[in-house]
Amino acid sequence: MDRSEIITDKFKDLFRDSSQRLEKNSSELINSFRKEAMEQFLALGVPGRENESYKYANLEPWFAADYKSYFIPEQADFKIAEDFKCEVDDLDAYSLVLLNGFFPTLNGTLMELPNGIWVGSLAYASVRFRDIVEKHYSKYALNGKDGLVPLNTALASDGLFVYAPAGVKLDKPIQIVNLVESKEDMLVQHRNLVVVEENTDVELIVCDHAISPQKFLTNAVTEVFVGQNASFDILRVQNELNNAAKITHTFIHQERDSRAVTNNITLHGGMVRNSTYHWLNGTGAESNALGLYLTDKWQHVDNFVNIDHAMPDCTSKQLFKGVMDDFSTASFNGRIRVARDAQGTRAYQNNNNILLTDDARVYTKPQLEIYADDVKCSHGATVGQLDEEALFYLRSRGIHKDEARLMLMFGFAHEVIENIKSEAMRDRMDGLLLQRLRGELSRCTTCVINCEKDLPHC
Amino acid sequence: MLQIKDLKATIEGKEILKGISLEVKEGEIHAIMGPNGSGKSTLAAVLAGREFAKITHGSVKYMGKDLLEMSPEERSKEGIFLGFQYPIEIPGVSMVNFMKTAINEHRKHRGEDPISASDFLKIMREKKALVEIDSALTSRSVNEGFSGGEKKRNEIFQMAMLEPKLSILDETDSGLDIDALRVVANGVNKLKRDDSATIVITHYQRLLDYIVPDVVHVLFDGKIVKTAGKELAIELEEKGYDWIKKEVDSE
Repeated sequence: MDRSEIITDKFKDLFRDSSQRLEKNSSELINSFRKEAMEQFLALGVPGRENESYKYANLEPWFAADYKSYFIPEQADFKIAEDFKCEVDDLDAYSLVLLNGFFPTLNGTLMELPNGIWVGSLAYASVRFRDIVEKHYSKYALNGKDGLVPLNTALASDGLFVYAPAGVKLDKPIQIVNLVESKEDMLVQHRNLVVVEENTDVELIVCDHAISPQKFLTNAVTEVFVGQNASFDILRVQNELNNAAKITHTFIHQERDSRAVTNNITLHGGMVRNSTYHWLNGTGAESNALGLYLTDKWQHVDNFVNIDHAMPDCTSKQLFKGVMDDFSTASFNGRIRVARDAQGTRAYQNNNNILLTDDARVYTKPQLEIYADDVKCSHGATVGQLDEEALFYLRSRGIHKDEARLMLMFGFAHEVIENIKSEAMRDRMDGLLLQRLRGELSRCTTCVINCEKDLPHC
Repeated sequence: MLQIKDLKATIEGKEILKGISLEVKEGEIHAIMGPNGSGKSTLAAVLAGREFAKITHGSVKYMGKDLLEMSPEERSKEGIFLGFQYPIEIPGVSMVNFMKTAINEHRKHRGEDPISASDFLKIMREKKALVEIDSALTSRSVNEGFSGGEKKRNEIFQMAMLEPKLSILDETDSGLDIDALRVVANGVNKLKRDDSATIVITHYQRLLDYIVPDVVHVLFDGKIVKTAGKELAIELEEKGYDWIKKEVDSE
């Protein structure tokens, strides 16, 4: 039996042993997808390096390790979540905390924001808003190639639910602080569903934090429906410990004249893999996929983007930038598919990288599959070092070499931050970026949880 | 202030500066003229500390110190300013942040506290007026999307902000129309102090109508072949560089 079979077998056992508990703590609707999803996972397995889209993400050691599987939280756990202070906590937003993918139930399971927008637990929503969840759940997270997506469908019991009914406008962003915390090594699988109906406008900010040094493996799936003429923004800020592996799959389904922006900013993390899918399902839709990754030591950050132009006259843009230090590695895999009838498509892609050392690596791969003839597509990838002439220019004005390097890295990365919708968040991200570049960013400074200070992985 | 003695430098093994000697005193304006490829810009870059040229021989003393031992940022903080022939665009770095960082590094070097926000804005306003630079430019990224003339004005603006002792202006006149040239020259003249000095590197005499030099040097094939008063510049403008070449060849 080879290693990949050992891994799939392990999950087969986990599924068999936990089914009853899982089902008891979730809803009938969510449970109805499990069996088939597990079969699909067993057929596909955990993607190995032979899988072209996972070529540089070495997942096997993360999946081979033993974890406590986190299915049902204790009430006591949520005290931690309630106490957590995020670095961007005074942002003017509707702020919610998720702990290991669960919505704290101390203050109710679902809450209504002004203007009739609902946020809360997906498991509860699938009862209370059964029709809406049934219409969208597991309808977009389908790619048939990546076993980790059905693995999540089979094992997730809860996650975040956001529902914005037609015509409402949210006056400020919703901020989700996504904590992982445990006394033991842990596997986290949560499942999120966001439904943004026609003519609505929703901005979501997700801050991922690992707050204890245990080994974590997160495999999260988010499905988003963006209705006709609606606008949806998601900014994900990842700031995790070296011992945490984070795998996210985000599926955005866009209807006619809709607009969606995904932005993944990875400041820190042991192994991060973000898969972002935009499915442009109506004419005139616009999608913008952005990302920034800063890596050092032995970290690896992997971004996979798939933009599907299924209908004519849609526009998509991708901008991903990275700065790699020490021995760290990153990969960018950006795919644009233009269907045969998708005339009038405009699709642009850019990936720019700076390597700070001889040992840092980046693998960048654009993929264009174009079946229509009236399209405008472009792609460009660069890998380089800091511009020596610019460095000299700054130094010639009296700016110390280290500070000059930092300014150039900041300037390079800032282009991604410039695209963030809210000005307060842009300022906040500029601040975090500077802290990160100065090596001052840690979760310990602003955290009120009495964990061991000066964690070796901080 | 500045003593250059028999300075030789190579770039990728090729000798570009072939023994330059030059002395600049406080209060003086020197012009260095010469045809393309004679080594003018290399000399400027070497004085500012760019590491692309290898010094093989000679010495440079600035205010009694060995200049060649100093990093570019130290030279700047000690009062040397290079106005770039081709100012660099730096996207994402704002002019304000750039200038504030530079000024504070200079202040720190002099043992002063960082500048207050209101003082900084006041100085910015004053110096912008001096070089007649558009206010909108300083709220943008460094040189990004600036026209050729705006980039050159921005160099003089930075010079005004940093108040150097020794300014080296490398072909600051190239690409400027006559109005911009006048503004740039005006700025340089207004910034001149009794204890400061300027080296103006130029191909044409035009700029020297506005910035009147005390001494004119002709650099040819890596060597200073002629030194005289400001009348030399006019002679060069009339006769071109060919007669210098002939003079050198016949020696």
